[in-house]
Amino acid sequence: MLSDKDRIFTNLYGRHDPGLEAAKQRGAWHLTREMLAQGPDWICDQIKASGLRGRGGAGFPTGLKWTFMPKEVGERPHYLVVNADESEPGTCKDREILRHDPHLLIEGCMVASRAMRAHKCYVYLRGEYIAERHALEKAVKEAYEAKLIGENNVNGWDFDLYVHHGAGAYICGEETALLESLEGKKGQPRLKPPFPANAGLYGCPTTVNNVESIAVAPTILRRGAEWFAGFGAPNNTGTKLFCISGHVNKPCNVEEEMSLTFRELIDTHCGGIRGGWDNLKAVIPGGSSVRMVPAEQIIDCKMDFDSLRDLQSGLGTAAVIVMDKSTDLIKAIARISYFYKHESCGQCTPCREGTGWMWRVVERMARGEAEHSDIDMLLDVTKQIEGHTICALGDAAAWPIQGLIKHFRHEIEERIDQYRAPRALVQGHVVAAE
Amino acid sequence: MALRRFDIEAGGDAFAFRAETEPTIAFWLGKYPEARKQSAVIPLLWLAQKDNDGWLSEPAMRAVADRLDMPYIRVYEVATFYTMFRLKPVGKHHIQLCGTTPCMLRGANDLKTVCESKIGKKFAVTDDGKLSWEEVECLGACANAPMVQINDDYFEDLTVDSLGEIIERLRNGAEVEPGPQVDRINSAPEGGTDVLTDDALFDGSRNRTCPGLPNLPEAEVIEEPTPEAIGKSEEAPPTNTKREETALVDVKDVAGERPEVAEMDEAERDNLKEIKGIGPVNEGQLNELGIYTFAQVAAWTPANVDWVEDFLSFPGRIAREDWIGQAKILAGGGETDFSKRVEAGEVDSSKDEGE
Repeated sequence: MLSDKDRIFTNLYGRHDPGLEAAKQRGAWHLTREMLAQGPDWICDQIKASGLRGRGGAGFPTGLKWTFMPKEVGERPHYLVVNADESEPGTCKDREILRHDPHLLIEGCMVASRAMRAHKCYVYLRGEYIAERHALEKAVKEAYEAKLIGENNVNGWDFDLYVHHGAGAYICGEETALLESLEGKKGQPRLKPPFPANAGLYGCPTTVNNVESIAVAPTILRRGAEWFAGFGAPNNTGTKLFCISGHVNKPCNVEEEMSLTFRELIDTHCGGIRGGWDNLKAVIPGGSSVRMVPAEQIIDCKMDFDSLRDLQSGLGTAAVIVMDKSTDLIKAIARISYFYKHESCGQCTPCREGTGWMWRVVERMARGEAEHSDIDMLLDVTKQIEGHTICALGDAAAWPIQGLIKHFRHEIEERIDQYRAPRALVQGHVVAAE
Repeated sequence: MALRRFDIEAGGDAFAFRAETEPTIAFWLGKYPEARKQSAVIPLLWLAQKDNDGWLSEPAMRAVADRLDMPYIRVYEVATFYTMFRLKPVGKHHIQLCGTTPCMLRGANDLKTVCESKIGKKFAVTDDGKLSWEEVECLGACANAPMVQINDDYFEDLTVDSLGEIIERLRNGAEVEPGPQVDRINSAPEGGTDVLTDDALFDGSRNRTCPGLPNLPEAEVIEEPTPEAIGKSEEAPPTNTKREETALVDVKDVAGERPEVAEMDEAERDNLKEIKGIGPVNEGQLNELGIYTFAQVAAWTPANVDWVEDFLSFPGRIAREDWIGQAKILAGGGETDFSKRVEAGEVDSSKDEGE
């Protein structure tokens, strides 16, 4: 188990005051001026050396991303935009940072802004996080009043931070949709290129980072890149917030070392699987968008980017959704398919039409009302959606179904047989489209 | 996608923000550049919804459009796209029940039955106007599933009984306590945990163990804030139509003497990224200057160095990283520790994009 002294988010559970004085006691805003004085190259080099990979799901190296911003500020100002539109099903980690450790985030925003030569930062919260937004606004106000941020602040880098919010659209977690939304439009993703580092918010160079990636940065600089890099397997370093939900005895959020095994994670923090380890059926290890992994493969798997990728799944946001043997997996995936159907922005045809089609077919399969050949047709359609849309929502809608078919095809087939057994006269395909 | 339509009839034909909302509107408008106040459309629609008993009427949308100088259709688009904007009347306490898989696994479907039996169909408002409910997608409190949001507050770790009791209390005007409805603190495990119990985390003692930053460069160079850091322009950022990159070469007025320009084929060029300090971006800029080989870099005069540093906006860096010394070794066919690592593909920052 990660020891307390190595935890970054020391107020994860909100047992202490989130206010400025208490946050300072816990280590926030310590040596910030010195970090900023070192300049962008040093900050980026340290973050690169720490091996920090983006915590929003894709796992792109954060330090490298920061260096994509132009090296000098032209007539267009630079922006940092923090993605706090946390809506990937299973994920509830950024919420804890926003409401319980907001000063780590604000300090992180300032450090990251220095690294990318930005003076303004917007934090985009999902609209439902109303209490979290008030908590963050309060912390921002404290930071302004203490002259930690703002013009002519004590840290020596002019910096303004603004809190913005959305209104319940999952797609706004996609970085370019988020920028559209922040500009006051429908959240429909933009074609890339141009990438945000060239033309992002208001057409200006912009970097969009996840809350957790930003909030860990100051602590990495304070304690040293090698300290952070000392946790986890190579290329998967650091500590990470895990959100464990579903059929464990005690679901919770917890900060742990990367690359610990699934079994250690669940036994140490969640009181084990409901009904014991023999009762585990499958796990979605990184939020609803990644493929599920059956019990026998996940139990001793390391929880990190590369190990889970090797299982054709992913660490994603480290939102671990555990399903025991009582779960109707087909229904569970059908509900995820409904989610993507509901959240598709409607811009690209394969996704707009495909998500609805897939949902209707999986719902039918959950009842058994299908042909065996429908399974291959469904798989084929997921492949046609995957990779054929502007953003990754199409992929994210396809993968859960692919995971289901890959690992639990026999369950779908049994369901179909069960349904058909008393209906020997049913012939031909049942129509998918409504 | 969800198909969402206005309720024209229930909306009447007038809407006005409440007087006490005005400071909040000003607060939001202050966050964006003046020319970009359309950015405030979601926050303002949200305030309008609050001032209109929890739902958005068409006149309320127009009021927001007028404040932001937006065409009405742009505001309608936003209001129908984002599902937190409710387009028909709701109860005084509107329950949003999360039905997505993590909540479903822990019993959200049973909670739907509770809502149906105690309130009625989705979006139906009870006769006393107090309650209504809908099913929504993941609300981001999955470790506390199943849960609902009632107006602004999250109610977590619900059971059929606890949700039933909350609904009854709301119906009777009694107080309800948001947060987890079982014995746990926020998202900590139920029944407590031994994580984050070390008192030394909270008494400030850790700051004393860290008097200075680790990993500082040996010859510490503290950069003074540049003029751009101090004088911020208040101008609105330029529009998307000005996206063209400004030409890099020959437009800058820089001090020193420009190094000699060479023309050569791809094959004769060196991999300048083997010099520590030169990444793909700098290499590209040097190539644009007509600098392609180690020998060229090795031959730079101090005036050349000044010029290149000014051009690349890297004051002092060429000397600090000893580009010329490195280039001399490499031009003579030698190797540096860094160039070995680059050749071995161990240095991410020296790779070309796409590798």
